[in-house]
Amino acid sequence: MNIWDLAKIVFVIALVLQGVPVLVWLERKISASIQGRIGPNRTAVLGLKAAGFFQPVADAVKLLFKEDVTPGAADRFLYQLAPLFVFVPPLLVFTVIPFGNRIGEEHLQVANLPIGVLFVMSVLSLGVYGVAFGGWASNNKYSLLGGLRASAQLISYELTLGLSIITIILMAGTVDMREIVARQTRSAFLSWNLFGGGNLLLLPSGLVAGLVFYVAALAENNRLPFDLPECEAELVAGYHTEYSSMKFAMYFMAEYAAMITMSALFVTLFLGGWHFPGLVDPADTSWIGGLLSHGVFVAKMGAVIALYIWIRWTLPRFRYDQLMRLGWKVLLPIALVNLLVIAVIGVAWGER
Amino acid sequence: MYFDYANILVYLLVAAGFILGSLIVGRVVRRQRPDPEKLATYECGEETIGTAWIQFNVRFYIIALIFLIFDVEIAVLFPWTTVFRQAGLLAFIEMGVFLAILGVGFAYVWAKGDLEWLKSLGEVRTEPSREGR
Repeated sequence: MNIWDLAKIVFVIALVLQGVPVLVWLERKISASIQGRIGPNRTAVLGLKAAGFFQPVADAVKLLFKEDVTPGAADRFLYQLAPLFVFVPPLLVFTVIPFGNRIGEEHLQVANLPIGVLFVMSVLSLGVYGVAFGGWASNNKYSLLGGLRASAQLISYELTLGLSIITIILMAGTVDMREIVARQTRSAFLSWNLFGGGNLLLLPSGLVAGLVFYVAALAENNRLPFDLPECEAELVAGYHTEYSSMKFAMYFMAEYAAMITMSALFVTLFLGGWHFPGLVDPADTSWIGGLLSHGVFVAKMGAVIALYIWIRWTLPRFRYDQLMRLGWKVLLPIALVNLLVIAVIGVAWGER
Repeated sequence: MYFDYANILVYLLVAAGFILGSLIVGRVVRRQRPDPEKLATYECGEETIGTAWIQFNVRFYIIALIFLIFDVEIAVLFPWTTVFRQAGLLAFIEMGVFLAILGVGFAYVWAKGDLEWLKSLGEVRTEPSREGR
């Protein structure tokens, strides 16, 4: 542990945490423009309006000063614990994601575990505890139903997510995150895993895996076509109905932090991480090259998130039985068959 | 390598510290005036009847069971994917057998209708009604 490691830790946490208000602002502005509204435009700091950019900050300050009500009937211990459980996993996943190439000998990644992808999978699945605890501990019928729905949805789509990640590992032949990105920097766009990782035979499988991963990621983040756990028409706010003040803010921020993490994961596994042909040179280890690679990574994340927001304000909500049917009867078989196809191609053509 | 795990531990502490810190700051700066009405369970203005800790639909339990089987499968697939390049055909056949057994289980669950969220709870009429045509 040296000063570099500490700097990277602080930088990554700040990246995710300051990404949340930016994302909230982006979502409100994009949704406003899709619906032909103006969106937030009144908050100002020192007379600087910046198109309502400070609105999420004002929201956070407001929530900080709100009274924190713990319902009398709640299970106090789990009720207090749940926001922690829901917020830590998305933050923790970011440790193994390479958020840039390298500066000098220092790789822009907090920790390069030999079990990288396995770590991601195990930490991501912890998120279901926060939701289930919060929904159960509130002792509120809306919360309980929301929590149950959310847990069933999370575990159902986690399988699909895991299978499409395994497809990627099969292409890359390693679970080391840094190595997975390095393999995607060998040539131009076609070496990205979304396009088959350099093998044209795998191009269709790569596209299918990417699509399946993206849909499962939407469901994992409770984003709109799949936001049944908190559909406001039936369940008020789902599992965080009883939460107020800072604990509510934790749930709210965790949701956006999970979006950021999931998009970073998508970029790393499918879109070549920090690599962009013609713009970033993998051999360039200067400060400028390192910062440029980080910029490319953030830009790609922004593109993935913009698609998230676009989908949210375009599609209507699924019904719960449709959601389950899509997860178990459509996506899971597709992911399994895709895995087998890649395995067959791998055996038939051997070492690439 | 173990330094990497230390990094993750420090990261975890910083992240949890931020969360706890902001919760504590919130507790310091705001006022706390609970009263029975405020602490009542929210139910859109209705008086709550009973607790929410009731028996819920068994379907959630079945989904969790099926999930468990598939999750173990994914955990087993992870080591397989990493040695797939070296072991080649042998690994492929072994995993094919494994996936086939699992596939039979999946087909059974599917045919039995446990993946169906909407299931009739009452008697199902087997005879097609003639009058409806």
